[in-house]
Amino acid sequence: MTTTLRVRGLRLWRGDRQILAGIDLDAAPGEVVALMGLSGSGKTTVLRILAGLERADAGEIQVPKAGMVFQFHYLFEHLTALENVCLAPVHVQRQTRAQAQARAEALLGELGVGHRAHALPRELSGGEAQRVAIARALAVDPPLLLLDEPTASLDPARRNDLGDVLKALAASGRTLLLTSHDDDFVRDFASRVVILAGGRVVEQGDPHQVLEHAQHEETRELLQVERQRKLGR
Amino acid sequence: MIRLALLALLLLCTAVPAVAQPPLRWGGDSEGGAPFVEADPADPAKMIGFDVEIAEHIAAELGRPAQFVQIAYSSLDQSARRGDFDIGLSGIEDSPGRRASVAASVPYYEFREVITVREGDRERFRSLADLRGRRVATLGGTMAYDILLEAEGEHGLTAVSYDDDVHPYSDLLLGRVDAVLLDHVLAERAMRRNTGLVTHPEAVAVGHYIIIAAPERTDLRDQVDAILRAAMRDGTLERIFRKWDCWTEDQPALYARVLAAEGSDAPGATGGAPLGSVARAWEALPRYLPSLLSAAVLTLVLSCAAMLLAVVLGVFIATGRVYGDPLTRAVLTVYVEVMRGTPVLLQLFVIYYGLAGMVRLPAFIAALVGLGLNYAAYESEIYRSALEAVPRGQLEAARILGLTRLQTLRLVRAPQAFRLALAPMTNDFVALLKDSSLVSVLTVVELTKQTQIFATNIGSWLVPGLLCAALYLAMSLPLSHLARRLEDRWKVATP
Repeated sequence: MTTTLRVRGLRLWRGDRQILAGIDLDAAPGEVVALMGLSGSGKTTVLRILAGLERADAGEIQVPKAGMVFQFHYLFEHLTALENVCLAPVHVQRQTRAQAQARAEALLGELGVGHRAHALPRELSGGEAQRVAIARALAVDPPLLLLDEPTASLDPARRNDLGDVLKALAASGRTLLLTSHDDDFVRDFASRVVILAGGRVVEQGDPHQVLEHAQHEETRELLQVERQRKLGR
Repeated sequence: MIRLALLALLLLCTAVPAVAQPPLRWGGDSEGGAPFVEADPADPAKMIGFDVEIAEHIAAELGRPAQFVQIAYSSLDQSARRGDFDIGLSGIEDSPGRRASVAASVPYYEFREVITVREGDRERFRSLADLRGRRVATLGGTMAYDILLEAEGEHGLTAVSYDDDVHPYSDLLLGRVDAVLLDHVLAERAMRRNTGLVTHPEAVAVGHYIIIAAPERTDLRDQVDAILRAAMRDGTLERIFRKWDCWTEDQPALYARVLAAEGSDAPGATGGAPLGSVARAWEALPRYLPSLLSAAVLTLVLSCAAMLLAVVLGVFIATGRVYGDPLTRAVLTVYVEVMRGTPVLLQLFVIYYGLAGMVRLPAFIAALVGLGLNYAAYESEIYRSALEAVPRGQLEAARILGLTRLQTLRLVRAPQAFRLALAPMTNDFVALLKDSSLVSVLTVVELTKQTQIFATNIGSWLVPGLLCAALYLAMSLPLSHLARRLEDRWKVATP
């Protein structure tokens, strides 16, 4: 297995509170790896460290260039969808504007938001904004794509569309690492699930296997919380 | 008990006549200083000066106690008309405009307008004609200022108006102006205060001090005239002026003329009805309109230049406070707090007069720098909060995309912050446009100052005030409109 992502013994403290207590994680091209865990389990922190936004106190990380899609998208509000996608190719990769634009249009088209290229972020729906954010992250061709809670603001139909998009991206040779609360989504679209609890990996493997025959108390608790959340909706 | 009550009644009765004589409220400007009106250095609650003694003499003759009312020199006419005081005297000059707008007494002192120069220029500058291309200072709203305005056209000099009679002479010594034209009384006082100045004794013009009252108080004016004439006859005035070392050989001749004219009507001393003052203003308008318009242009140019300075500095201050190291941040925070926490008027004084020993900034530059430095503090706060209003998540997104910090600032943060800052910036610019009127204290004649000169000379604020307001609105309204349109175009969704 060609490992594109390899993490060993990742530790992080905030003050005297240990957020990450030694995390090991691997992901290979073509994989969609889902991090699951209760709030405060450290899953978003893992993504932020891999994206380079935070520094771990200890551990070993081999990470390719990563793109990231935030839970709240964080599109640049003063730029259109197309300009959001073109910004890094033009100013970081020094592509010509025409080149960047052609590629951005193609990406937005593939993600099903080609018709929204000239809309401003505030004019986009939640699902559209997310796709533009994915296109923006993909525009610089990162081998690893990180997605923080991509299903959080989507209705079930949109969620399935997203799942198909992610599977296609993985199929084209990228590594995808996402965090999610949604066990149905993870079961349907992830190739592997990693359960975090108390800053550690408590169990991981095939999503059907792990989620239907949970070995650990933490996993069962997580599924219980998620079931109640869904009933409450 | 009954006896006590009777006694109380008796006391009350005897007290009534004393209460029935209200004090004679007399207005003057103690900032004008000795020998006119000045707070006694030994007891600042007490006023001294020849005008004080004349006012007290008049009050005594009227059988009323004298009560001093502090009124700014340039507001004496307006205050007289509003009834802030019964009579006003504070080296008030006789002029046809003044006689038309308030009740004016006979003249009680004759002064000469004289030229004061630096000792080294004694031979070079002897008359207004010698001062072509030079700056000549005086007190605003005076006869001397009118003479200088006329000389601007005739002799090609520049008139510089001050709000007090101290700074014209100190600026003369500093080289900011080349001559001062003022009353010989003020000139002599300045000569005592400063060394290195010389006054040419020849009179450029002759003027008189008078006492004013509200236009309808011609009865009081006539009483004052009678008391002044009696004081001229019995030597009371001479005694007072000699005491203050102001007696000159011009006075007996003046008194002889005033006493000879007794019984004939005082020249044009009728009350100025409101209609009269409006009509006068319309009549004077063509003469003042060009200077009002050029003052409006100056206000606009000064405001734009100061705002440009404030914006550029403000951007640097805000960037330093957001991105700088702790020391830079601390220094900039102190700057912002000091500039926002102290009056801009004080800052202007410090920059123009306070620093004159180190840098001698021309008035316009000092005004520009003063306003610019002050508003930079306010602008920087707008930019700082606008920069901080851009969601952190966008900055992280930019960082992950590989943009440098500078690129992030330039391409992501600043453009959004600018749009957020636009509305408060425009408000500040309109505020600056109005605050620019403060620079008149640095002898810059901008729109408000020019309006004040206009109003003082015609004796009414109504028409000049409305015109001035219209000019300010003509400058500020299009700006507000433009800002609203830009804001609509760039509307950023509030997160």
